[in-house]
Amino acid sequence: MKTIEEIRADFPILSRKVYNRPLVYFDNGATTQKPLCVLDAVREVYTEYNGNVHRGVHIMSDLTSEAYENAREKVRSFINAGKREEIIFTSGTTGSINSVAFSYGERFVKPGDEIILSTLEHHANIVPWQMMCERKGASIRVIPVNDRGEILLDDFLKLLSPRTRLVAITQVSNALGTIVPVKEITDAAHSAGVPVLVDGAQGIQHDVVDVSSLDCDFYAFSGHKIYGPTGIGVLYGKEKWLTELPPWQGGGDMVDKVTFEKTTYNELPFKFEAGTTNYAGAIGLAKALDYVLGIGMQYIAGREKMLLAYATEKLSEISRLKIYGDSANKIAIISFLIDNVHQYDTGMVLDKLGIAVRTGTHCAQPVMQRFGIDGTVRASMCFYNTTGEIDALCSGIEEVIRMFS
Amino acid sequence: MTLNEVQEKIVAEFSVFDDWMDKYSLLIDYGKGVPAIDPKFKTNEYLIEGCQSKVWLRSEFDGQLIRFSADSDAIITRGIVGLLIMVLTGRTPDEIIGADLYFIDKIGLRQNLSPTRSNGLLAMVRQMKLYAIAYKSKSN
Repeated sequence: MKTIEEIRADFPILSRKVYNRPLVYFDNGATTQKPLCVLDAVREVYTEYNGNVHRGVHIMSDLTSEAYENAREKVRSFINAGKREEIIFTSGTTGSINSVAFSYGERFVKPGDEIILSTLEHHANIVPWQMMCERKGASIRVIPVNDRGEILLDDFLKLLSPRTRLVAITQVSNALGTIVPVKEITDAAHSAGVPVLVDGAQGIQHDVVDVSSLDCDFYAFSGHKIYGPTGIGVLYGKEKWLTELPPWQGGGDMVDKVTFEKTTYNELPFKFEAGTTNYAGAIGLAKALDYVLGIGMQYIAGREKMLLAYATEKLSEISRLKIYGDSANKIAIISFLIDNVHQYDTGMVLDKLGIAVRTGTHCAQPVMQRFGIDGTVRASMCFYNTTGEIDALCSGIEEVIRMFS
Repeated sequence: MTLNEVQEKIVAEFSVFDDWMDKYSLLIDYGKGVPAIDPKFKTNEYLIEGCQSKVWLRSEFDGQLIRFSADSDAIITRGIVGLLIMVLTGRTPDEIIGADLYFIDKIGLRQNLSPTRSNGLLAMVRQMKLYAIAYKSKSN
């Protein structure tokens, strides 16, 4: 078992200074930092065996293709999907959701149909459905949340109807940290014969994800939020759906036979991977998954729970600070506002103290509207953060309060 | 004072401080001196798009000189718009259109000027210059 010092040493960027102060990186919800082994893996692609995947007659293409397909297998086992054919590499969560919204909409959605989302959704799990609904004459229904930022399951059950075509729900709220009971939602939706897409962008990196036991129909996540490279993401889809859905893009590698009259498509998963894929990203992502498995997802979940408890206690001691979202079940995200201080002022000052937080609506305007605010300051922590950094945040907030009072 | 003399004065005041906290304190002070926009003009019409904090900016033209008033819900942002107003208010349209706002760079606010940076300093400068262009074409 590595010590926290050893873990932090795996991430070279964590030891850098900003404005002559130690960097405190609390914007892991936006993107995570990368361990050296991920950087090495990507570098190795380009220094040792780079060739385009699935195309070449030569050894370089073979080596890259093998590493790419091994990455697919790594993702499959990481989320416990049944088959490697069910793992599609995409550009990220946004790409994954847009693709499903497009193809599923083309195949299954008709005028008058409904898609159910929740108040907690990131814009990436709202706008693609709105675009599809506009095209298809369908509409969106929204599951409300209570004052703690928790999904109201009873209201969800009332929204389910014969018009419901799909439920698209986040696993974890990026703005509040709420962990959503996606298993209960999936089971209830399935009882009504409705498939479920889970947006795992904020879920994949914090605890074990098992799509087989979850039984969701689609699961989307991004590599860069789980310590992997940017520009790579995953769409898991049950084989029965992926077989039925039309491809979302046409191009090379996704085809079987092409004539100008008719094209037949390649098998899964290649049918959904048109053009040259981000294979270096996929290989880097696989290394990141290896890394977190080495640390242990249980260890990560436990350490982040400790950080959340510590941060919640410490920040609650600051009388002028209000925390938004206190779900009984949440990840290590603290969204807050200081009384009479604009979130942007807080963020600007914390930045200059070396503390990276996010301010604004976090691409989740509906949840901000629900709480009647136009943004928060968000500290999103992960396992490589420390209680000492939380203390630094608290001192920083005290400094902000001094400056603006 | 000429436009550039005001810029020099601002640069001199900021150059005293190395620490960002001190620079921000100074910005906050500038924010307090901003000619407040009449609350009735705090509407979408005067809201500058592209700011993470809200900025309302209004201008008046007497046929010769342009005067600006502004407000923001964030204090640092109000300080930034305050600096811009100090430099640009009471100038002719031509002076404003042709102004090279080098003080932004010299006091270390340049990172806030990037088009993707959400405080919208760039959007404020653009809006002030657009007002000047509009008044100039109207008075011609």
